[in-house]
Amino acid sequence: MSRQLTFNIFRFNPEDPNSEPHTDTFVLEETPSLTLFIALNKIREEQDPSLMFDFACRMAICGSCGMVVNGRPGLACKTLTTELPDEITLMPLPVFRLVGDLSVDTGTWFRQTNTKIESWIHDDQEFDPTAVEERMENDLANSIFELERCIECGCCVASCGTANMREDFVGAFALNRISRFIMDPRDKRKDPEYFEVVGTDQGIFGCMGLLACEDVCPRELPLQDQLGILRRKMAFVGLKNIFKPKEKGRQRRF
Amino acid sequence: MEHETFYTDLLCVGAGLAGERVAIAAAAAGFDAILLSLVPARRSHSCAAEGGMQAALGNCAMGEGDSPDVHFADTVKGSDWGCDQECARIFADTAPVAVREAAHWGMPWNRVVAGKAKYWKGGEEFEAEEKKDKHGLITARAFGGTAKWRTCYTADGTGHTLLYTLDNKVTELGVRVHDRVEAVRLIHDGENCIGCVARDLKTGKFRVYLAKATLIATGGYGRLYSETTNTVINEGGGHIIALDTGLVPFGNPEAVQFHPTGVVPTNILVTEGCRGDGGTLLDVDEKRFMDIYEPAKAELASRDVVSRWMMYHIAQGKGVPSPYGDHLWLDIRHLGAEHITTKLREVYDLCRHFLGVNPINQLIPVRPAQHYSMGGVRTNSDGAAYGLNGLFSCGESACWDMHGFNRLGGNSLAETIVAGRHVGMMVVEFLEGAQVTFNPQLADQGVELEAERVRRLVSRADGSENVFAIKDAMQLEMMEKVGIFRNGGDLQKAVDNLREIYARAKKIGLRSSGIGANPELALALKMPGMVRLAICVAYGALMRTESRGCHARDDYQARNDRDWLNRTLAYWRDLDADLPELKYEPSTKVTYLPPGDRGYGKTEIIPMDAPKED
Repeated sequence: MSRQLTFNIFRFNPEDPNSEPHTDTFVLEETPSLTLFIALNKIREEQDPSLMFDFACRMAICGSCGMVVNGRPGLACKTLTTELPDEITLMPLPVFRLVGDLSVDTGTWFRQTNTKIESWIHDDQEFDPTAVEERMENDLANSIFELERCIECGCCVASCGTANMREDFVGAFALNRISRFIMDPRDKRKDPEYFEVVGTDQGIFGCMGLLACEDVCPRELPLQDQLGILRRKMAFVGLKNIFKPKEKGRQRRF
Repeated sequence: MEHETFYTDLLCVGAGLAGERVAIAAAAAGFDAILLSLVPARRSHSCAAEGGMQAALGNCAMGEGDSPDVHFADTVKGSDWGCDQECARIFADTAPVAVREAAHWGMPWNRVVAGKAKYWKGGEEFEAEEKKDKHGLITARAFGGTAKWRTCYTADGTGHTLLYTLDNKVTELGVRVHDRVEAVRLIHDGENCIGCVARDLKTGKFRVYLAKATLIATGGYGRLYSETTNTVINEGGGHIIALDTGLVPFGNPEAVQFHPTGVVPTNILVTEGCRGDGGTLLDVDEKRFMDIYEPAKAELASRDVVSRWMMYHIAQGKGVPSPYGDHLWLDIRHLGAEHITTKLREVYDLCRHFLGVNPINQLIPVRPAQHYSMGGVRTNSDGAAYGLNGLFSCGESACWDMHGFNRLGGNSLAETIVAGRHVGMMVVEFLEGAQVTFNPQLADQGVELEAERVRRLVSRADGSENVFAIKDAMQLEMMEKVGIFRNGGDLQKAVDNLREIYARAKKIGLRSSGIGANPELALALKMPGMVRLAICVAYGALMRTESRGCHARDDYQARNDRDWLNRTLAYWRDLDADLPELKYEPSTKVTYLPPGDRGYGKTEIIPMDAPKED
């Protein structure tokens, strides 16, 4: 006998003056290998064509479908209903601006944050199309890739105590990204420059160490390690700043 | 009707790799650029490319002696001589530069490790010596249809890392990215394209973008099919707005690639890198079969050939029965845990999460699924679209046309940034000389026409057809009758049925309010256009009475170079019509490599100089 699944889904359309935030309930029969991707599309096509949610790749590589599933942020496309009880409650990710129902605006948030942390290789040297590439150890390439695997789904941000309390916190994703650049010799930034970007309460020192980010990361990124390494590194740079002789005409705050 | 208007030099419709690469070229030259995207740019379908991109660097042991000439020849053979050889040439020559440029921007390509290395080919292990003087340079893996190991990669997350690398560059250059915005109509006066009418998918409001140059880089049209590896946004949006001008042709719509290893039942892709790294295909008896059908290339023949043999083998009763239909097995167990959890890490993850299969000790169920659109907005070698000044196209959405009737694995990711680099330079040249007058009246008219469509859909003025039912009917028709093996009878039926579906698509009425980010309205606005594209594919396939690359006709099994060494150009001049007008042009103006045998895939060839039959 297949299960009857009950979906309690958050509903609100900010563009519709008659819409109030509420919960709608949908019932669906469970079929083999049912994922939330298939289930939500079924509900949209068969029961309510106005239901808003986001998917793109449906294979856990694009990061579109982050939502709160029975209280826990995760990717809907790789969530099998067999892992869930008969009653499934779906909410949009917090922190991000709501587009409608389960759909949130992650694009604007991540672009702003990536701009803020200057998420790019800083190198004044122009590319020379006639030159052979600079050499790199394969192990280093693999280590960079390990951190570059982040898909900016927003689950770490949505689960973060600090991000939920202060809107200017850059989140684990950004700190992981900075670690990736610190590791990369092609980025010519020095420690004090990274400190400028993440050596603040909006950055690494805003992290309270609750580490829900690592628990919910669908890519299983080693966020705990990266946050620890970055915190030590930035604290060291901060200390050095304190003991550095004062520059003329520049006031430092403590 | 009130709307916001944005002005820019270059408007890129689509913010995947191709769109971003062209925008980078324009921004680097000092021009203003705006990228439109259905989803946040980093969620574009480019991110799903796994295995890598081809470029003849010749750094790894098995790539020794490689050169752009060899890459060019592989590409032309892969295309079954359907490609434009000038573009294939530009492509093969530029690919190494584009790979190195990406490295300069931060792409973590995997590197050569000097010393003895163990590799697999067709289930057999062998050893090769990686040279000391190449240590640390960009390495490569094997892909199908190539003479050398040429596919540069970052594990099996190449598209993802490349997209992030380019989007970082876009961020650095301050290019504006407007995500969740959909272009719904090109603005033109019959000669010049000056931008587009777009819909803000967050609010449902219309906007106008006026631009000196407009680029279509919206990816493929895989979602015309029910079983596709493509992301849900690959609905051919860019093709629809180009075709709807009545001036810009859809090149080779019938050239649709099926990838051998879509996972059953979800059609998620597992990379060709699995076979490139030594994985094998097995049947119900857990025996290999590709080595019997293709003694030379075996599992690493081109995709069209492997897909056909797989379906043939299943038809011989050698498939593995399952509730989702018969399938075959992909076996990578012998590659070992270390290889699978590093170089094929995405495959390892997706098999476990979506199938409950651990590929280290279990077989992966696979079957061919729609994968790539070789056809697209026809352009010249500069990327300039036929029919309208100021309109360009690049990447999978374009029929540039380096792939002809079959694309090699590793050549699509490559095309995005290689053609993107080249077309970007051409767009900059165009912008430098551009004198454009923006006629705001044209824009207002365009907005009014689209707003009227919305009103009619919401009020059900034309009928109450269900948009989802129409989509299902179209996708099934395409899958069943315009798939891997084609024949005149089925194709005719498909065309007839699609014409009926098109009539229904004009009578769609919404069941919901259509207010705000409403998904039903977004699909309803696109649906008639999608059916037009489907008709172009089916009709182009019906009229092409030969077999070439991915286009395999049971009733015309020979590749006919005498009559069909050409490219289909489909025009839709009148939206009231329900068939396109088909024209043809020679496949290539310059011929560096005359038509011949591909070296894999058994095909009879009717040569160019064969006498005409009565």
